[in-house]
Amino acid sequence: MIFLRRQLPLLITLITGLLFAGQYYVPHPASEQMLTSATKWLQIIGGFALILGVTSLFHQHAVKIKRQEAGWGYSLILYAGMLGTIAVGLWANGKESVNGAMTAFGWVYNFMMVPLQGTMFAILAFFIASAAYRSFRARSREAAVLLVAAVIVMMGRVPLGEYLIPLSGDVSSWILNVLNSSVRRAILIGVSLGAVALSLKIIFGVERSYLGGGKE
Amino acid sequence: MDATVLGAWVATGLTLLIFSFLYKDNPLFKLAEHLYVGVSVGYIIVKTYDTVIVHLVVKPIMDNGEIALLIPVAIGMLMLTRYVPKAAWMSRYAFAFIVGMGAGLAIPRTISSFILKQIEDTVRPLLSIAGPDGLTFSMNLLNPASNLNALIILFGVSSVLFYFFFSIEHSGTGRAVARTGIIFLMISFGAGFGYTVMARMSLLIGRLTDLIEFSDASYGRPTIWLTLLTIGALIVISRRARPEPPQEG
Repeated sequence: MIFLRRQLPLLITLITGLLFAGQYYVPHPASEQMLTSATKWLQIIGGFALILGVTSLFHQHAVKIKRQEAGWGYSLILYAGMLGTIAVGLWANGKESVNGAMTAFGWVYNFMMVPLQGTMFAILAFFIASAAYRSFRARSREAAVLLVAAVIVMMGRVPLGEYLIPLSGDVSSWILNVLNSSVRRAILIGVSLGAVALSLKIIFGVERSYLGGGKE
Repeated sequence: MDATVLGAWVATGLTLLIFSFLYKDNPLFKLAEHLYVGVSVGYIIVKTYDTVIVHLVVKPIMDNGEIALLIPVAIGMLMLTRYVPKAAWMSRYAFAFIVGMGAGLAIPRTISSFILKQIEDTVRPLLSIAGPDGLTFSMNLLNPASNLNALIILFGVSSVLFYFFFSIEHSGTGRAVARTGIIFLMISFGAGFGYTVMARMSLLIGRLTDLIEFSDASYGRPTIWLTLLTIGALIVISRRARPEPPQEG
């Protein structure tokens, strides 16, 4: 039983890991076909993973409604929004528009989801500005550098900024294309080295936390 | 009522409910927030059902007889055994497959695209061949491909990598290099911050443009009416929430 519960999953990880790592070095149509199929398989399995997440959300709010905890009315609204969207989405076969005409699902997307999402992220502009005021005060040389770079990039991205400081557009592009990209490149190299090391640890069974806890 | 006009009223109302958070956390914002989560989850469920179940599983099996697709369905079903405590261990097969495949796919592609290619782009020739005159060193800062920028990028990447390299002590020359790395990092964080702020500003302008458009008479001026309604509701809510002063005597 330990073999089925503990060793077989590790064996599956080892075999699939080595198989798909090796696939990259085999430029054969069959190898390419295997990669295409496997990508499709991952998408299908990922769909089932969504069920796990949604069930957890359902459960959390169902408990809140059942016990009538503080704010349970909001959970009802969440349920109504979710079930209503699912109903119109299935009715419209998941299409936002048919022959150029907007479906009910498209209406929900355009007049509910887009404004809600856009505004939710837009209000962050105010909070980022207030957070910046509190944290960006040039208390050290590094903070001053950060502040100056942020101001130049902000000025360089709008016509008014370029009008007020004519060089800001060019300097902003230079900061983004040269200084920023060199840092991003260094971080990417470091993160990638870590990712490769972690992948090797997973394939060879050193890292097993993805299997979850449990006695066996 | 026309669907677009109704949509304008709903979109304006929801936008104003979210904006009410700028005053303070209040029930109107919470209502819109929970509706946002509900609608988003519903949307993702429908899209996943349509993309995965209908187009990747049902149609290929029914139309082309691709029975092999039942294997990932079975693996996916194994994930759901998490809800049955006695059979929960079977979900490990699904996770083992996904994680093993992901790790296997990641190794060669990460090495190729994110390590070797990035190093190749960093270690560029510091001099260029220009016509019959021979070698030149281009100093144009505005051209990201110039030799001066190549030198700056090489110095930036090396110093930032060195800053994150803790196997040797950052002292002497190493300290100077690490500090240069910090300066590069701070510039990058500042640029990232500025870029994010401007992206959020762009979203804000988009929402305000919609509010201005929906204040038109052809929509029934929802922006004006709903702004008044929202302000009125906020006043009522804040008065109700105000604690009563303790009675004397």
